[in-house]
Amino acid sequence: MSEQFEPTIVGFTCNWCSYRAADLAGMSRIKYAPNVRLIRLMCSGRVDPQFVFKALAEGADGVLISGCHPGDCHYVEQNYKTMRRFALLKMTLAALGIEDARVKLVWASAAEGNILAEEIDKMVAEVKALGPLNWKGDRRPKTEDGRVPSSVIGHRSVVEGVAV
Amino acid sequence: MSKNGKPKFAMYWAAACGGCEIAVLNINEGILDVDANFDVVFWPVAMDAKYKDVEAMPDKSITLTLFNGAIRNDENAHIAQMLRAKSQVLVAFGACACEGGIPGLGNLSSKQQILDTAFSTISTDNPKELRPQTTFKMPEGALHIPTMYETVKSLDQVVPVDYYIPGCPPESNQIAAVVGLVIKALKGEAQLPPAGAVIGASQSTVCDECKRTRGEKTITQFTRMATFQPREDQCLLEQGILCSGMATRSGCDARCPVANMPCVGCYGPAPDVIDQGARMMSAVASVVDSKDPAEIEKIMRGVVDPTGTFYRFGMPRSLMRHAKG
Ligand code: SF4
Ligand code: SF4
Ligand code: SF4
Repeated sequence: MSEQFEPTIVGFTCNWCSYRAADLAGMSRIKYAPNVRLIRLMCSGRVDPQFVFKALAEGADGVLISGCHPGDCHYVEQNYKTMRRFALLKMTLAALGIEDARVKLVWASAAEGNILAEEIDKMVAEVKALGPLNWKGDRRPKTEDGRVPSSVIGHRSVVEGVAV
Repeated sequence: MSKNGKPKFAMYWAAACGGCEIAVLNINEGILDVDANFDVVFWPVAMDAKYKDVEAMPDKSITLTLFNGAIRNDENAHIAQMLRAKSQVLVAFGACACEGGIPGLGNLSSKQQILDTAFSTISTDNPKELRPQTTFKMPEGALHIPTMYETVKSLDQVVPVDYYIPGCPPESNQIAAVVGLVIKALKGEAQLPPAGAVIGASQSTVCDECKRTRGEKTITQFTRMATFQPREDQCLLEQGILCSGMATRSGCDARCPVANMPCVGCYGPAPDVIDQGARMMSAVASVVDSKDPAEIEKIMRGVVDPTGTFYRFGMPRSLMRHAKG
């Protein structure tokens, strides 16, 4: 079965380096595994750990976060923040039993299309070997009229004034 | 309405510690308002009543049900479903019902691991390796005990919930305010908030209610309360104590930082935060002062059990909900 298994990997790239690296890889006709669905953000510092959890909980087999090399961030030092967040994120993922290879942080400059392609190939191979993640987050019930309770969406409204 | 014309009130505990019940009794003379305005029909902690009494009640005949505790087993879920059907307004009361709470930390282990720890560790005298059986045949018939679920769930993962009152336990002044509002609404003097609302809490973060002074946050080391006497006027996080104020909903008047203790997040995710733990990771990442991967690693290792700390009350309602298993 793992022969046929093609992992779905969500890739968060930054506008200034890693997305351009992916673009360059494409333009240079570098062949790499087609399993990564790229999402372009302005900066890797924008990658809220919530994005990673949401991707994994809703079907991704892995998540790739990539951005400019440390020291080269377009927004000066946001990627250092990414680095620090990533350290905590990895500790949490380990506690949840999610294998190390499923979530990766890769630095790639706009000129490093080949490096990004290599890293993607490596990651896809590793995740393939691990098999599907298949996170079984039990889905929440709907109300009688088919409405998803507002709590499911996460942005529960608060009525002020009830509080004293 | 019951025979005496009063609307009916129920309170139930599922996987709970009893603290939420005490918090309700702590509303002091407010409890007399509950008694004056409601006919208490079901409240296992306070009065004798049987499940079959509730089963016999017509649907929607209970006006207000406060449900505390998480859903750990099929008995919890069954009563949740029953009370949902019998109640007009079902409130998830306290962190356990709202988010899964402290019992929700069980989701970091599998059911098997939990049972092994309880029945087969070295400190347990269980030579026959006995395990609880959910059905036991007696000459008189079969006995059943509740079946533990694989994971702990919040109330709204089992039945639709009308309102959420967060806190572990909710603050008594907040409970009194909510009870007061429901009484007014019943008299037509006030309107109930829209369904799905968090009530008895506020719109911001604990940090917003905290009076400690905040400056530039630059932490190079985390420390723990057991080994450190923090200053009383400065933000605890700035002093290297993990404080969940930034990710947590306000409503408690920053009770813990006022007592020189860090917020542990019992009021649940702040408005617009989906995953309280993820928000804490971002918050902590932004106060650590280092750009060196090895040093970052070292500082972050000072965060003892980040998962259990950041999701102390909310693992079941987090995005991941539970560990792999
Ligand atoms: S929310 Fe806290 S006080 Fe209430 S039942 Fe749960 S653990 Fe106890
Ligand atoms: S982090 Fe804690 S101590 Fe600091 S301001 Fe927020 S609630 Fe207060
Ligand atoms: S400060 Fe935090 S942990 Fe303490 S009561 Fe308030 S929300 Fe709960």
